Amino acid sequence: MTFGSWLALVVAIVLSAEVVRWLRHRALRHERWRRFFRHPTAAWGCGILTFLIIVAIAAPLVAPLDPIVQPDPVRLKNHAPSLTFLMGTDVFSRDVWSRFAYGARVSLGIGALGALIAVSLGSCVGAVAGYYRRWVDAILMRGVDIGLALPRIFIVLMAVALWDRLSFAWLTLVIGLTSWFATSRLVRAEVLALRERDFVVAARALGVPSSRVIFGHVLPNAAAPIIVSAALSVGNVLLLEASLSFLGIGVAPPRPSWGNMIADGAVTIYTAPWTTLFAGLAISLVVMSLNAVADGLRDALDPRQDPA
Amino acid sequence: MTAPPAPPPVAAPLVDVRDLVKHYAAERRWFGLGRPRPPVRAVDGVSFTIPSGRTLGLVGESGSGKTTVGRTMLRLQEATGGRVLFEGRDVFALDSRALRALRRRMQIVFQDPYSSLNPRMTVQETLREPLEIHGLAGTVAALLDEVGLDAVFAKRYPHELSGGQRQRVGIARALSVEPQFIVCDEPVSALDVSVQAQVLNLLADLQARRRLTYLFIAHDLAVVRHIADDVAVMYLGKIVERAPAAEIYALPRHPYTRALLSAVPEPDPKAKKNRIVLSGDVPSPAMPPPGCPFHPRCPHPLKSARCRTEVPPLREVPAGSGHLAACHYAEQPMK
Amino acid sequence: MTATPAAALLRVRDLKTYFVTEHGRGTARAVDEVSFDLYPGETLGIVGESGCGKTVTSLSILRLVPEPPGHILPGSLIEFEGRNLLALAPPELRSIRGNQIAMIFQEPMTSLNPVFTVGDQIAEAAIIHQRLSRRAARARAIEMLKLVGIPDPEQRVDDYPHQMSGGMRQRVMIAMALICHPKVLIADEPTTALDVTIQAQILELLDRLQHELGMAVLLITHDLGVVAGHTDRVVVMYAGRVVETASTTELFEHPTHPYTEGLLAAVPRVDTPRSRLHAIPGQVPAATAWPTGCRFHPRCPYAWEKCVAQEPPLLDAGGGEGEGGRHTARCWLVTEPERRQAKR
Repeated sequence: MTFGSWLALVVAIVLSAEVVRWLRHRALRHERWRRFFRHPTAAWGCGILTFLIIVAIAAPLVAPLDPIVQPDPVRLKNHAPSLTFLMGTDVFSRDVWSRFAYGARVSLGIGALGALIAVSLGSCVGAVAGYYRRWVDAILMRGVDIGLALPRIFIVLMAVALWDRLSFAWLTLVIGLTSWFATSRLVRAEVLALRERDFVVAARALGVPSSRVIFGHVLPNAAAPIIVSAALSVGNVLLLEASLSFLGIGVAPPRPSWGNMIADGAVTIYTAPWTTLFAGLAISLVVMSLNAVADGLRDALDPRQDPA
Repeated sequence: MTAPPAPPPVAAPLVDVRDLVKHYAAERRWFGLGRPRPPVRAVDGVSFTIPSGRTLGLVGESGSGKTTVGRTMLRLQEATGGRVLFEGRDVFALDSRALRALRRRMQIVFQDPYSSLNPRMTVQETLREPLEIHGLAGTVAALLDEVGLDAVFAKRYPHELSGGQRQRVGIARALSVEPQFIVCDEPVSALDVSVQAQVLNLLADLQARRRLTYLFIAHDLAVVRHIADDVAVMYLGKIVERAPAAEIYALPRHPYTRALLSAVPEPDPKAKKNRIVLSGDVPSPAMPPPGCPFHPRCPHPLKSARCRTEVPPLREVPAGSGHLAACHYAEQPMK
Repeated sequence: MTATPAAALLRVRDLKTYFVTEHGRGTARAVDEVSFDLYPGETLGIVGESGCGKTVTSLSILRLVPEPPGHILPGSLIEFEGRNLLALAPPELRSIRGNQIAMIFQEPMTSLNPVFTVGDQIAEAAIIHQRLSRRAARARAIEMLKLVGIPDPEQRVDDYPHQMSGGMRQRVMIAMALICHPKVLIADEPTTALDVTIQAQILELLDRLQHELGMAVLLITHDLGVVAGHTDRVVVMYAGRVVETASTTELFEHPTHPYTEGLLAAVPRVDTPRSRLHAIPGQVPAATAWPTGCRFHPRCPYAWEKCVAQEPPLLDAGGGEGEGGRHTARCWLVTEPERRQAKR
């Protein structure tokens, strides 16, 4: 660890704490944000996510070494965590902390983008199926049934067989396009109930176009389950990326992701647990933080809880 | 069927519903593979007209099909059969563009003020949307003023309003597109008595000011008495009696209307009238009884085998009076 | 206070049930110093609009108010046969609930458990309170179904709630409430969710059962029509307070409180021709901020300075001495009747 990277790390920690503090300060003035912070874990979730996002963005600053460079594969391999190597080194003598920081970019990037694709697609398909019902619903939902029944590993393996190695963009796309089925079922169920509500009937009676009814009246009222499902999706996509990388068909080494860091360290898990520990811990922390934030958001975004 | 011969000089009615039918297909037995179950006959051949500027009260209990009538008329649900003419044009034959234009002329006010407003939109957003879509010049402030709400409510969300205030917003939303005809679907049933009176009076004022025509749906003959010019009573998807309001309250010719009237709890402990308490429940609209649909519950002393086999037509009794009843014994109404 | 205090089956005195609103920003005084008596064999109506506190009053009697956010304040008294229900230990209270004091609710669908047969649900109270065997309890359940007028009780006893209509379910609720022959039946809006013809059936049934079983009924309703036809005495509530009490005939003949008067005039009636209805202006205020003085004064057509400054006690409105007890009204008009002419 160089002085520069220590400084950057400290700045990152302070900055994330500062962001949470600022949010809390704002929260005192806004009833909705106050509800968000009433969840005791929401603030922690926010802080952890902010910290990891800052680390990902500022990876070149917080990482002292190039994540791919192998400084000395003989003498520096499986070095335990120390002041020089914050998280130790792996079997190829690469600095785990540097790989962790750059891996955050890849993993969080795939997680966020993949979940964005999945939730947008799932919400649209679910809303259209639930709103139009009849044959539209029948066709879309049978498609979803098939999607849910196919093992995703199998789809990704087919993609790998077709295009050899998947680039970051393609990997994100494939993961996103195979992760929306559950969301669409959830949204459809919600929309089926909402479309019978009088305010939706009223909008139709006023001549509001169908697209506006769906996106202006129906979906905003399904926001709570969509947000929760989005948060869970990020976690799922992250885990999927990890398992694909672990199987060697995800992010191509030597580029680091939390998934292939676990894969790389798996062989030395008894002798050098730190090579897998931190990446695994990060994945769990992100998933837990997202769940906490989702719970807070669900309450915060519900106008029925606003004071009269 | 004896159609009431309308005298020639009378202008065409604004709304003309002819033989409206709405059946809901039931699921087939055995997971969709077996014989179809009988359809639910929610509305089974309903006809009426409403002259411009008048109010028809449509009364019935739950399951009578009264709400379905209102919704199919506005094409919020597709009808199975029949026609609805609005100013002489067939509503069911309109393409989507003409339908959009029609939405401005026909509106609806709902029963439940808690579900009829989008909880995520402020009053202002709710009222502005129709104005924008149809490119109308009206303002939110003017609409709120018209329904007797202060302008401060524009920024509020529905949950910040009381039931009566929400119902006023629902009325303002219907008025925003300057309709001629409004289906009021039990607009006061969910409100407290004192607020119910406020909203009923508001609807009457708006009708006078804007020359509105109402279809006023209710489960209660007492509320209808205060707003309707004509009253139609529905039972199991059919109109069993239809007459000018004064007629139907003075001399109900169908035993069901008679029973409904006597079931209204009067706020007068000394009113010991001969109360008729009907036995049994309303049968399922999927399997209406043969003959007169009311015969299993009918308390009429003249009830006979004919009632069990022969469907009584809706006919004018006495001829020329404009009082229609679907009872074989309408000439000898129950006292 | 009353003519024969010893005879009262249920005495409610100064009942205060408050709710702490979320974030502890205010206290909703839902029921505020409510007092009334229920005598054996009579039907007492509690009438008022939503938010007046009538349902919270009925829930307080059996201590069914959710705590928190609600709590019954010390100093309140609910006395049943000489015992203060508010001071009873939970097991003693349970032996009264459903056994001596039973309750039926507005919504017969949600009040029944969808996964048990109606027979099991009716029999449950008899098994718990009277220690009947399953077989005997089932026989009792069938007997109760017959009593509440359900045809083919031997078959219907094995039905599930969803197999019954709304009116049937309310009959089942009544059967459940009455299986232990309670001395008091609390009926909270028992017919509000039902159609008018079914409402008439259920009200007639309640009248008949009260006559046959000789119990006292506390009928809570918003409908003055129901009160007029089915009660002996009436308590009118507004904004957490009792504003008027009288025998039913006296109340409808001489409504004294302006709220009662307004409410009566606002009811649409089938026997009056088409006309404008009398409406009470404004809204019921929020329970966290009742108006000062008389709580009805912002909506009252007679209100003057005194009404804003000072809340009237329940004053003797005269008349009605005799079978129905006293006629009282919480209104300064009782002391200054000439002001009735100065209507705004």
